[in-house]
Amino acid sequence: MAKIVTDVVCPFCGTLCDDLEVALSDDGEEILEVYNACAIGAAKFLHSQAKDRLTRPRMKQEDGSWKEVTYDEAADYTANLLVDAKKPLMYGWSSTNCTAQSTGSEIGEEVGACMDNTATVCHGSTLIAVQDVGVPSATLGEIANRADRVVFWGCNPAHAHPRHMSRYSIYPRGFFTGKGSKSRKMIVVDPRNTDTAKMADVHVQLEQGRDYELLSAIRVAIRGEKLPDVVAGIPKEQIYEIADTLKSGRFTAIFFGMGVTHSLGKNHNIDIAIMVTRDLNDYTKAAIVAMRGHYNVTGSGQVWGWEFGFPFCLDLTRGFARYNPGDSSSNDLLIRDEVDAVFVLGSDPGAHFPVGSVKKIAKLPSVCIDPHITPTSAVSKLHVPVAFVGVEVGGCAYRMDNVPIETRKVVEPPEGMLTDDEFLQLVLTRVRELKGAA
Amino acid sequence: MAKVILTPTQTPTLFLEAENITPDVFAGKNAAEIAALHGFVGKTTVTLGDYFTVEGAGGQTAADTTVVINGDVSRVKYIGMKMSAGELIVNGNADMYVGGWMTGGRLTVNGDIEAFAGLGMTGGELIVNGNAGNYLGAAYRGDWRGMQGGEIRVSGNAGSDVGTFMRGGTIVVGGNIDVHVGTHMEGGTIIVKGDAKSRVGGQMVKGTIYVYGDIDVMMPGFQYRNDADLEVDGDNGRFALYEGDMGERHPKRKGEVIYGQLYMKY
Ligand code: SF4
Repeated sequence: MAKIVTDVVCPFCGTLCDDLEVALSDDGEEILEVYNACAIGAAKFLHSQAKDRLTRPRMKQEDGSWKEVTYDEAADYTANLLVDAKKPLMYGWSSTNCTAQSTGSEIGEEVGACMDNTATVCHGSTLIAVQDVGVPSATLGEIANRADRVVFWGCNPAHAHPRHMSRYSIYPRGFFTGKGSKSRKMIVVDPRNTDTAKMADVHVQLEQGRDYELLSAIRVAIRGEKLPDVVAGIPKEQIYEIADTLKSGRFTAIFFGMGVTHSLGKNHNIDIAIMVTRDLNDYTKAAIVAMRGHYNVTGSGQVWGWEFGFPFCLDLTRGFARYNPGDSSSNDLLIRDEVDAVFVLGSDPGAHFPVGSVKKIAKLPSVCIDPHITPTSAVSKLHVPVAFVGVEVGGCAYRMDNVPIETRKVVEPPEGMLTDDEFLQLVLTRVRELKGAA
Repeated sequence: MAKVILTPTQTPTLFLEAENITPDVFAGKNAAEIAALHGFVGKTTVTLGDYFTVEGAGGQTAADTTVVINGDVSRVKYIGMKMSAGELIVNGNADMYVGGWMTGGRLTVNGDIEAFAGLGMTGGELIVNGNAGNYLGAAYRGDWRGMQGGEIRVSGNAGSDVGTFMRGGTIVVGGNIDVHVGTHMEGGTIIVKGDAKSRVGGQMVKGTIYVYGDIDVMMPGFQYRNDADLEVDGDNGRFALYEGDMGERHPKRKGEVIYGQLYMKY
C-alpha cells in the first residue's frame, strides 16, 4: 500500500493549488504518483525524483569543465563575490519560499545589492500601475463564490494556469454561483484564438498592441459617451455591449496576463484596466487580479514590500531602498553595464531575459542557485543545487491574489543537500565575517 | 558671475551618481572643496575629483554660480538634480535624471540625455539641444505630481511617457515623440512639433497638448470640437481642437465640465 500525503500545495504556478495528493513508496522516500495536479504541476514533483539529479555545488574551471565543491566553499565564493562587487545584482526569488526571500534581503542589505525578482519580466508593470492608481481586488475564493462575469484579458489560463478555471474562475459551484460555468459569462480578450478564447462566451479579438485603446473605449462606453466607429479593430456596437455586460453583472472579475503587461504601453495597460474596474464599481462589484506566473513571485513582492517598501527593482547600494524600474530594473542594469556581479536564485534569466542581458551575465562573476541545470546555471561560474521548495522543504508562498499558503514537505531531499534558506544562512554568516574583517 | 568648469578625466566603469553637481552645492566653494564633494559608484563613495578636473570657484549663492561640464557625462546620473538657481551647462551627453526636481535656474545640455529628466520639476528652464529619453517631465514612480512648473525644451526627439501626471509648466519637443504623451495629465502644456505615435492624452483630465505633425492612432475618448487659428510657441497655424479623455473623470468650473484639450495642426 502506498502512503498518501494529502493537502499538498503545488509549487509551480501562481494558482498555488492546495488540494494535491501525493503517493509515496512504502519507505516514504520516493514519490510514485501525484493526484489532482495538472500536467505541469505533477511534472514538477516527479522531476525532483530524477536519478541523475545534481546534489552538490560545482565550480566552472578554466577549461569549461565543472568541479564539485562543498557547500561551505560555495558559500565562501558567493559571499566574496557579493562583498567585492561594487554593485551586485541579486535576481530571481520567485521559486522559493518567503523565509529564503527574507534571508536573501538580509544579505542584499549587508552587501548593498540591487535586488530584483521575476516580476521585472512579468507583472512588474502591474506593480507600477498598482502603485500609481491603487487596485480594487478580491481573493480567488470570493471570485469563485460570487463572480458572474469573468474576463480574461491577454492571458491563457488553459495553458499557463491549467486549474485556474476549474478551481476558481469558471467552473466551481460557489455560494452565489450554484450553476458553475452556467452562472458565469466568460469574456476573453486576446488577439490570438487561444484555447482559453475557444471556451469563451465572447471572444474579443482585438488588434495586437491596442489594449490601451480598447480599455479606454470601454471606459468611454461605461460613461455613455460617443465612440468612433471602430476601436482596436472592434466595432463600437460590440464595445457598448461589452460595457453593458460588465455593468449588468452582480460581480465582475477581470484577470489579466502577460499579453497586456508586456505589450506596448505595459503599466499603462494595467493602469487603465484598473480604472475600468474602478468605474464598474459605480454600477456593480468588480475586482481585478493579476495572473501571476511563478508560484511565489507574489510572495517576493510581499516580503520586499514589508521590508523595503517596494516590491521589485530594489537598489540598496546606498544603504537605503530606492526603486525605479527603467533604472534599477535588472535588464536595464545588465544592458547598461551597471552591475559587476550576478547572483541568481529561484529563476532562470538565462531562458527568460533578452540575449543581450544573458551575454552580460556570462561575462560577469556569477552564481546560480537552482535545483535544476538551466541555461542560467550553464553560463554561471558557480552552480549550487538546493532542495525543491514545496516538495523537499515547506515554507510560505503567496498565491496570485496575495493569499499566503504554507507549502508542505513531502519527501526528504537527497542526503546532504541544503535548502535555499540553509545555503543563504551560510552565505549571510560568511558575508558578516568578511565585512567584520574589512 | 562665478564659473566652475568640470572636465571629465575618466569614464566611470559602472555609473557615477552625482547629485552634488549643481550651482546650489557649488556656491561658496573653491575648486578644491568642489573636487572633494562626494559621489557614488555602486556602494562605494568617491569624490568628484576622482572623475573631473575642477577649475574656478562657485559664487556666493547659487544664483551667481555657473557650472560648465566640458565633455561626455553619459555615465553620470542626477546632474542638476534639485537645482534652484544659477546656470548649469553640459557640453556633451548626459545620463538619467538631468534636472530632476529642479525648482529654478537654467540647465542646458548640448547633447543627448537619457530617461527621467525634469522629473517632478517645479520651476526653471531645462534646455536640451539634442534628444531626450523616456519620462521627460513625468512623475517619479508612484507620485501623482509630474512636472508642475518651469519649461523644458528639447530640440530633437523625445521618448515615451513624456509629461505623465503633469500638472503645470510647458514641455516643447522639436522633433518626434514616442507613445504615451501626457498620460494622466492634470494641467500644463505639451507642444510636439513633429509626429506622435499613439496614446496621446490617454486618461487626461486637464491641460493642453499641441501636435503639429501626425498622430498614428488617436485615443477613442477624444471628440472634435472646432477649428481655431492660433499662435503656438511663435508658430502661427490652423488647429483642430479635440477634447477628452471622455473616459476619465473631469472637474467642473462654474458649472461647466473642464476637459483636456488636444490641438492638431492642419
Ligand atoms: S494549476 Fe498551477 S498550481 Fe495548480 S496544479 Fe497546475 S501548475 Fe500547480
